[in-house]
Order: sequence, then structure tokens, then C-alpha cells
Amino acid sequence: MSKKKEVAAKPAQDKATSVLHEIMAGDPVRIALSVLLGFIIGAIFMVVFDKSVVKAWANFGSDPSMALSTVWWTIQDGYGALFTGSIINFGADSFVTAIRPFTETLRFAAPLIMAGLGVALTFRVGLFNIGATGQILVGLAGSTFVATRLEMPIIIHMLVAVFAAVVCAMVWGMIVGVLKARTGAHEVIVTIMLNYVALSLFTYLLREPNLLLEEGGGGTPKSDNPDDTARLGLLFGPDFQLHYGLIFAVLSVIFYWWLMEKSTFGFRFRMVGHNPSAAKAAGIKVENTFVWALAISAGFSGLAAANQGLSVDGGLTTSIEAGIGFDAITVALLGGSRAGGVVLAGLLFGAFKAGSATMQVAGVSPEVLGVVKALIVLFIAAPPIIRAFYRLPAPGIKVIEATQKAKEEKVIK
Amino acid sequence: MKLELRNITKRFGTLVANDKISLTLAPGEILSLLGENGAGKSTLMNVLYGLLQPDEGQILLDDKAVKFSGPGEAMASGIGMVHQHFMLIPVFTVAENVVLGNEPTGKVGNLDLEAARKLVKEISDRFGFDIDPDARVQDLPVGAQQRVEIIKSLARDAKILVLDEPTAVLTPQETDELMDIMRGLSKNGTSIIFITHKLREVQKVADRIIVIRQGKVVSEASPKATAGELASLMVGREVDLDTKKKAAKLGAETLVVKNLTVLDDRNQQMVDGISFSVNDGEILAIAGVQGNGQTELAEAILGLRKIHSGSITVAGKDLTKSNVRQVLEAGVGYIPEDRKKDGLVGEFTIAENLMLDGSFGKPFAKGVQIDFAKRDEIASKLIQEFDIRTPSAGTFAKQLSGGNQQKVVVAREMSRDLRVLIASQPTRGVDVGSIEFIHEQIVAARDAGKTVVIISTELDEVLALADRIAVMYRGRIVGIVDAKTTREKLGKMMAGIAA
Repeated sequence: MSKKKEVAAKPAQDKATSVLHEIMAGDPVRIALSVLLGFIIGAIFMVVFDKSVVKAWANFGSDPSMALSTVWWTIQDGYGALFTGSIINFGADSFVTAIRPFTETLRFAAPLIMAGLGVALTFRVGLFNIGATGQILVGLAGSTFVATRLEMPIIIHMLVAVFAAVVCAMVWGMIVGVLKARTGAHEVIVTIMLNYVALSLFTYLLREPNLLLEEGGGGTPKSDNPDDTARLGLLFGPDFQLHYGLIFAVLSVIFYWWLMEKSTFGFRFRMVGHNPSAAKAAGIKVENTFVWALAISAGFSGLAAANQGLSVDGGLTTSIEAGIGFDAITVALLGGSRAGGVVLAGLLFGAFKAGSATMQVAGVSPEVLGVVKALIVLFIAAPPIIRAFYRLPAPGIKVIEATQKAKEEKVIK
Repeated sequence: MKLELRNITKRFGTLVANDKISLTLAPGEILSLLGENGAGKSTLMNVLYGLLQPDEGQILLDDKAVKFSGPGEAMASGIGMVHQHFMLIPVFTVAENVVLGNEPTGKVGNLDLEAARKLVKEISDRFGFDIDPDARVQDLPVGAQQRVEIIKSLARDAKILVLDEPTAVLTPQETDELMDIMRGLSKNGTSIIFITHKLREVQKVADRIIVIRQGKVVSEASPKATAGELASLMVGREVDLDTKKKAAKLGAETLVVKNLTVLDDRNQQMVDGISFSVNDGEILAIAGVQGNGQTELAEAILGLRKIHSGSITVAGKDLTKSNVRQVLEAGVGYIPEDRKKDGLVGEFTIAENLMLDGSFGKPFAKGVQIDFAKRDEIASKLIQEFDIRTPSAGTFAKQLSGGNQQKVVVAREMSRDLRVLIASQPTRGVDVGSIEFIHEQIVAARDAGKTVVIISTELDEVLALADRIAVMYRGRIVGIVDAKTTREKLGKMMAGIAA
């Protein structure tokens, strides 16, 4: 009997690590199916909690077609409103208002993409960094100080403020890396704790009259509006709210792609992520790699911070972070930690944010989108569920087939 | 008990791991399953032990068909298995380990250790195992731990015992003792399936030999067959078991290790003040049973492990405090004992693996960007030169067979500016064909005037390659002897008895 237990224990451990790798690797088909399944179950929520549907089903015996069509209409109303609010409004009276929803999606997506790239970078180094929230908050402190307390010419002021956000966030990220490298502290614990520290720190700075508190402000932690010279300007004039943050997002994506796929740094990052002991034997200082990866990752979060802090109207409070730090984790997972994937995932989540107002107007609770988001994460985190639902083959078969092919080739040779 | 496997077929995807394998095992017979790594031996035994379900075929015990859904059922039917890696709890005593999961209990459900002790004592005496039931497993030598594993199976009335590569961790003397134990068991009616790829052992102990190749039984051989014949059956073509090498042309003394002491992660002294030197154009083989400090020695030379005291110099350059990158740049090449852990990134392509330590500069990098054209050019050149059998340079390392993975490592380490080559278990888990090739490459490096250190637990390999042999035991060098030393003498040295 004992042998059975022991034999069983080992595969279980292997299974846990292989599932973790599967999650971080992010197979595109599986992710797409997770999103689809998330929407399907979200639709069920919409239907089940809708009053008119409940009423129609109560009369199912007398009017079954009514019951079914109410279900259909509810789903169509809900997701239709999401579409109208986030992509294109066909009912609009002018071209500008018709495409405004999509520009809103872009505006919401930009910080998600930037912070998402940061988290994605650490995933590929094999670190589970959930500290984007704290890094954004510290970045905000930097950019807000530059934007409200210093005077500089236009454009330069904005660039310095962005730079300040990036540097502050990088320092915050580096703390995690140094603690991990020097003491072996686990990055998950450290980043969670530093998120709280950053929140308190930022609140404290917002209360300090000499630092960030608005002029003449009292007890509430709130800053002044950033100086006009430091603001991220509007991209397409006053008709759209879309601002220069989008440009930073595009540049971030290009830089991330180059860094991870083309540069020698990215090569070493990926090497450490896949197999730290082989990296060590190849002369790479794994601990230093962790420090750099966490710092650069936090730099991306800093850009997200600048995007938020320099586009706000009417001063900023801690709520400016808007859950971006946490959504970034999902965006990175959903995007398979690849540049292109993160862009798509960021756009999806940006659309959720842009479309939730229209959904509310249409009488559907936008919290359904929260459920969809959570379900997507759940399905990505539990690959076997998705495989079971869609009857996909287990991973590994592909590998064995390839080995077999190699073997066949060997025979031919 | 009589065992028969009838047309066992097991597929993984499109790979047929076992293809209609049939065999019989008479009571008290020692059957040897001979085959290369990946031939399907382990799959077959996992089917027998209930860990895998066969796609086709039957298992018959005493002519009755049986089905095992797990190892528990297989054990209950009298099948025992001793794995290559022991499944023992180090801090428990022998008696506790033996009864674990099957504990004799007293009236109120308390553990009856006295009964457990008696059981161990009885089995140990019956077969002449000489095992103290109260010894802690962690204090026992490896050979004795293996006997505890065997007692575990016998305590559950195993009539058929499967031994999976049992000699990999043993000294030659312990191997001989195991052979005696196997004969004793078989005399008492226990049948044994003995899985191995070491020809010498098969010839010594087996009643019958079944050779498996690519999932099929290719033939039955008699233990009287020569090693060459058996190897040819295993590989499917003529094999030359002797590595040809010319007399060594010694050059300057290049690698000098002085009074080196190295601690392991638990601060145990694993290398205990050893000194040796190796010349250009020479192969020094470090022989010894696994776990006697060889791994730590290699890691210390490479800079992977901190040196406690002593010094290491390469061509006059002090590398005692150098990090891995500095050591590599000083011209040290390293073939690690565990290629999957330390030598390769499985999720990287062959081309990427060939530049693993080359990302800091030319020829693989232009500034901070990878020179992809150059990388692919070098990759296709090395794939040719080192006979790496792969569909393309873009194939992931984890998709390659063990032998081809090892060739990737060898190609990388030998293709750069090399002064000293440290090769740890260079052919472990590698097919016979690749062993031949890798040995040739190592000898070629030596003939080109490189300094070579081979660390190997396989005496065959040591004797095939070495110009001089240093034997390690418990962190010390028992002696450095020339390559003509007999197996018996080396075996004694491996057990710590100085020459």
C-alpha cells in the first residue's frame, strides 16, 4: 500500500508544475476558448438574474416562445450594449459619435496594456509579480509631484513627469528584486505587502501640504490637477478623449517585443524563466536577472501610472489606480505574456471598461463583465477544465509525436 | 508463480512504446530485459506494475488473466518492484520503512514495531541480507538501502520481483553482492525481472535474456552470447565497443587543483582537501560511486559552487574566486551530469540552446541584439558536425532523444575556444550509437591538445577513455592510478580501500 501512495505522490507534484507551466505558457487556442466560455457563462448570469426573463419563464406553460425569445433578447441587449459602448455605435448621428466608443476602448486599454506588459515580462522570467498596483501608485507619486510642483516648458514637462513615474516605479520594483536576490524572499509575498505599503505611502504623500496635497486642501488626500504643460495632450482634438498615453502604449509594445524576442537581455530573461539552473551553468547571474526583470517590469507599470496621473481632470486621489494593477495580471495571463497577446487582451479589458456604462443604460448590470473577467482567469488557471469542456487533447501528445517524427527521420537516414 | 505477458501493446499518441510484446517468466527464473534507453522496457514494467494500462494484450499469472488498475493490486498479486530511485523515508528505521503502509498493529491500533522488527529480521536472515532492523535508512550505504527495498517487496510476499536498473548506484563489489542475492532469491522460487543496459551484469546473472528495441522484442539471447553480440542486438547494427585512441601526447600542466574543499548546500564537506593536476592532451577520469563528491567537485571548478578552501588554476590563471562566466571565458567547457537540469533549456530550440552561454558577445550577439543569421548559420554547421538528428534547428530541445540532447550540449561546449573540458557522466542515458560518437569527440579533443576531465560512475566508460584514473571516495581521492589498472583493484578503491 505504501508504495502506491509514494508512486501516486510523485506524479501529483509533476502535475502541479506542469499545470503551472501550462498556465504561464498560454496556448492561444485554449485562451480563446476560455474567453468564449467566459462569455457564455456570463450570458447565463445575465439571463438568470433578469426580472423579465424570470417573469416570462413563470408563464412558460402558456407562452413558451415568449420565454425563449426573452432569453435571447436579454443576451442580445446586454452584449449588444457592450458592443455599442466599446466598438462602434451604429445608431449614432455622426461619424465622430459612431467611432467614439472604439477610441474610448483604446483609451482604457492603453494603461492596461502597459502594466500588462510589465507583468508579462516577469512571467517570462519565471516570477509571479503581482505588485503592479504598488508600482503604479509609487509611479503616480513621482509623476504627480513633477506635474503639480515643478514648472517646465510644455512637452518637456510632460516627458519629465512620465520619466519620474517610470523611475519611481522601477525603484519600487527593484526593491522586490533585491529582497529576492539577497534574502530569497518570495516575490509573491513581497509584492503583495509592498502594494499595501505603496497605497499607504501614496495616501500619506497626498495628505502632505508640502508634497502632493492640493493647494488649500484639507483633510482629504487629493492632489491638484496636473499643470497644463505636463498633461498628456489629446490626440484627435476635443471630440475624443483619447490622449498621448496611446502613443506610449504603442511604443511600449514595440519595445517589449524587441526586448523579449530580439535582444540578448530577453534571451537571458527567457532562459532564466525556463530553466534557472541551466542559465546558471551558462554563466548567467540569475539573481541579478531577477532584479533587472523586476525593475524593467515596474518601469512598464510606471508608464501606466503616468497615463493615469497625467490625463486626469480635477486632481487625483488613490482611486486613480482604478484596479489597473490587478487587471494587468489577467491581461498578461490572457495574452500569454507575448506582445501581441497582451495587446489583444488589453483591448478586450479596455472594451469591458468602455462598454460597461452603455450596458448599465441598457438595464444590464455591468458587474456581469466582472463575472466574465473572473471566469476567464479561472479557466486559464485551470487548463483541464477547458480541455474537458471542449474535449481537447492533453498537452504532451504533440511532443511525443514530434519525437516520433524525429525517430522516423533517424530511421530514414 | 508463473507470469506471462501476451501481446502487450501500449501507445502514447502515435508512438508505439510497446508493440505486441510477449514474454514468459517461470518460477525462480532470472529474466533480463536488455535494451537501450527509450526501447520500452520501463513502459512494459509500468504496465506490469499497474501504473499504465495496456491498450492491447493480457497479463497472465499462473495462466489466469489479471488486470491491475494500480500498483496496490499488482503488489497484492505478488509483484514487487524496486525502483531505480529508492522510495524510502531516510529518517525512519529499516523496520518502519518496511512496514510503512502495511503496518502490523496491536490491540488498540497501536503500531506493533516488535512484529515489524521480527519480520525484517526473519527475511534478512533467510536470504543472508545482514540488515539491522533498527538502523536508520539514512545511515545505511546505498547497497544496503537497496536491500531494504527488496525486503519491502518480500515482506509483502512478492513472488515476482522487478529490479529497474538496480546497479546504477552500486560499487562493483555491491553489484556482485546484489548478484548473489538475486541468485539466492531465485533458488527460493522468487522470479526476477532484471532491467539493465549493462551487458556484463546480464551475462553474469541472467538465465534468459530478452532484447527489446523500439518497443519490440527483437530476440531472445543466451547469457553465453558475447558483449559485442548483445550490443549489436540492442542497437540493431554492428557496434564497436572499443574506443580507438592513440597514445597520449602530454603537453603543459593546465588544470591544477590544490587542497580543494567544498561544502554542499547543507554545509556537509563533500570534497575534502583534494589535489590533482591534468595536462594538455590528457584525459583524467574521476571514477567513483555516485555521491562521493564528484558532482560538487565539478560544480566547484565551474564556479557554480563556492570553494571553501584550496585553489583551482587553469593555465596559470587563478579561478578560485571566479564566477561561472569568468571560468567559461577562461576556456573551460562543461558537460553537466544532468543535461535536462543544467545543460539545456527544454523549451528553447536547438539553435537557442547552442548559444546558451554565448549571449554576451560575438559571434552570437551584435551589441545587445541577437545576430539571428549568424546563430542559425552556426546551428546548422554544428548540427552537421555533431550529427544531431533533428528535423530542423528550430526543434525544441525537449523533443529530442537523450542522445541527441547530449550531442547538443557536447556541440556547444566543444565548439567554443576550449582549453579544459569537464565532462560529468557524458553518456548517461544516451543510446549506444551516440555513446560511440561522444567518446570519439572527447578523444578527438584530447588529441587536439585539450585538457580533459571525465567524471563517470561507469567503469566501462572510465576504462575506455582514461589516460589516468583518479578514484574518489567520500570526498577524497583514494589514489590516482594509470589506465591499465584492473577492474577489481578499481572496484576496491571505489569502496575506499587504498591501492
